Formats: sequence, structure tokens, C-alpha cells
Amino acid sequence: MSFNVNEYYLQLNGNDVLLSYIGSVTSDIINKVLENVENKLVELDEEIKIRKKIYNVLVESLQNLYHHIEELPKSVTGVDEAKLGLVVIKKLDHKYKIITGNFVKSARIKPLKDKIDKINSLSQDELKDMYKFILNHQKLTAKGGGGLGLVDIARKTGHKLDYTFQNLNNDYYFFNLDIYVS
Amino acid sequence: MESLLIEGTAKTPTVRFDANQGLVEIKGRSIPENSVDFYRPLVDWLDRYTQEPKQQTKVNIQLEYFNTSSSKCILDVFKKLEAIHKSNHEVVINWYYEEDDEDMLEAGEDYESIIRIPFKMIEIV
Repeated sequence: MSFNVNEYYLQLNGNDVLLSYIGSVTSDIINKVLENVENKLVELDEEIKIRKKIYNVLVESLQNLYHHIEELPKSVTGVDEAKLGLVVIKKLDHKYKIITGNFVKSARIKPLKDKIDKINSLSQDELKDMYKFILNHQKLTAKGGGGLGLVDIARKTGHKLDYTFQNLNNDYYFFNLDIYVS
Repeated sequence: MESLLIEGTAKTPTVRFDANQGLVEIKGRSIPENSVDFYRPLVDWLDRYTQEPKQQTKVNIQLEYFNTSSSKCILDVFKKLEAIHKSNHEVVINWYYEEDDEDMLEAGEDYESIIRIPFKMIEIV
């Protein structure tokens, strides 16, 4: 059976959800999500270190969506928004889980998978070196950070990045990224 | 040379570049989606300042958050400052970070190791 993003989104929602959003990812939506989460973390009296890490990771993951979401027709995705992204933040027992999702063309799977696997294989010191290398040597692309976002997320959280690609049809997949902050 | 003053917003920092005082100050949050647009006037201003810098330039960087898109632009700012330093003018860099914000301290150390001007790390308590 092929992947259905609305069903998947419903599955993710539960008591542990701090914030969930599915729809177009615009600059304005990013502002709202950030403000909402920042306020909720203050209400929860979460320690400032964790609050800052979540905020940082959320900025990077939302802006990754903003810059990289591919425009796909409704006939393919089954949803109205051409540039659809998903973000869910859960408060688990001793950590937070940030889930993001977006559709990708099958051709993008390999480079993305290779990049994440590479990041996951590195130690903290190696991630620091990789970050500094990219910072100092790669040009900024029109799309933003020139590939620093995921490295920064891995470095700040100290956790491996979990991901899946769920098949929608032969040409399109749903890329799901799970980020843990503790 | 005219000063460059920019009010901060939820996503962009407050900027105070004052040639007469030899002051370069960036404070607040720097998390715009397109940081190049925001930083272009800053880098242009520094380009002009580099022609006739003060004997001492004082740099205050006090960021609460910055995204990876800004991180390259901030490096561009530091590279301009490095050029001033190399032309035998004193450049004092104060890198402020909030109490216990080890990520921000480490970010300062990353820049320090790339541009090779000593940073003064100042914890805000």
C-alpha cells in the first residue's frame, strides 16, 4: 500500500505532542512555530540549555524544509499544498523528539542518505572538523547554509539522526527525519 | 564615513557599525532564511571601512541564536576584520555568550581558529 501523509500525520499525534504542523512551510509559519515552541518550553520550565538546543535544531530543520521542499502535484501526494512539510515535536520521558517530513524525488534519496550516514558515522570531534571545513571552504548557495544544517544538528544534539524513506510511488518518497534532544 | 545602524527583529540582529568610534557591534538573533541579503550591507560597509580603519577597532558580537545560513555570513564579517588586523591595525574581538551556553562558546572558538585573531570570550551572567 502506498504511503499516505495525512494518515501518517494522524498517527504521530498523541498526548506527548508539544506542537504539530502539516502544510506549506513559509517564513511566517517558521516564525509562528518557533515562537509557539519557545513559549511552551518556558511554560514547561525546561532548563535553558535544552530550550536553546531545541530552538537551534528547530530553526535548522524548519529552514531545511523551507529551502528543500520539492513542489509536487496533488495527483502525486494526495494533498492540496504543493510544498508540503510536516513537523511534530514530542516531549518524551527524558528527551524531546523533533520529527520533520517532506516529499522527495527518488533521485535525491541516495545523496541525502549518503550525507546522513556519513554524519552518523562521525565522532563529535570529527563533526566539529567537518562543520569548520564546510564553513570555511564551501560557498553559500542560494538555498542557504550550503549543507551545514544537518551537521550542525548532529553536533548540537550529540545524537544520531534517524531517518526513513517511505515509498509513495516509483518516483517519489516521503523523507522522515527524527532528531532527539536531551 | 556614515554609521550603519539596523534595528533588530525576531530573526535579524541589531547592528551598530560606527567608523568614528571604530565600533563593530552585532547583537541579538540571526536566523533569517536568506542571510546573504541581510549581511550584504554589513560586508559592504566593512569593505569601505577597511580602506581607512581606526587604529583600534572594537568588535562586540553578542548573539543569542544564529543559524547555519548566517554562520557563513558572520565568517565573511570576520574575514574583513582579519584584513584590518593584517594591515597592522588593532582589532579587539569580544565574543559574548550567555551563561552555560557551551554551544555559543564553541561557535566562537570555531571562528577564532579560522580567522586567527584572538577572541575575548565573555560569559554574560
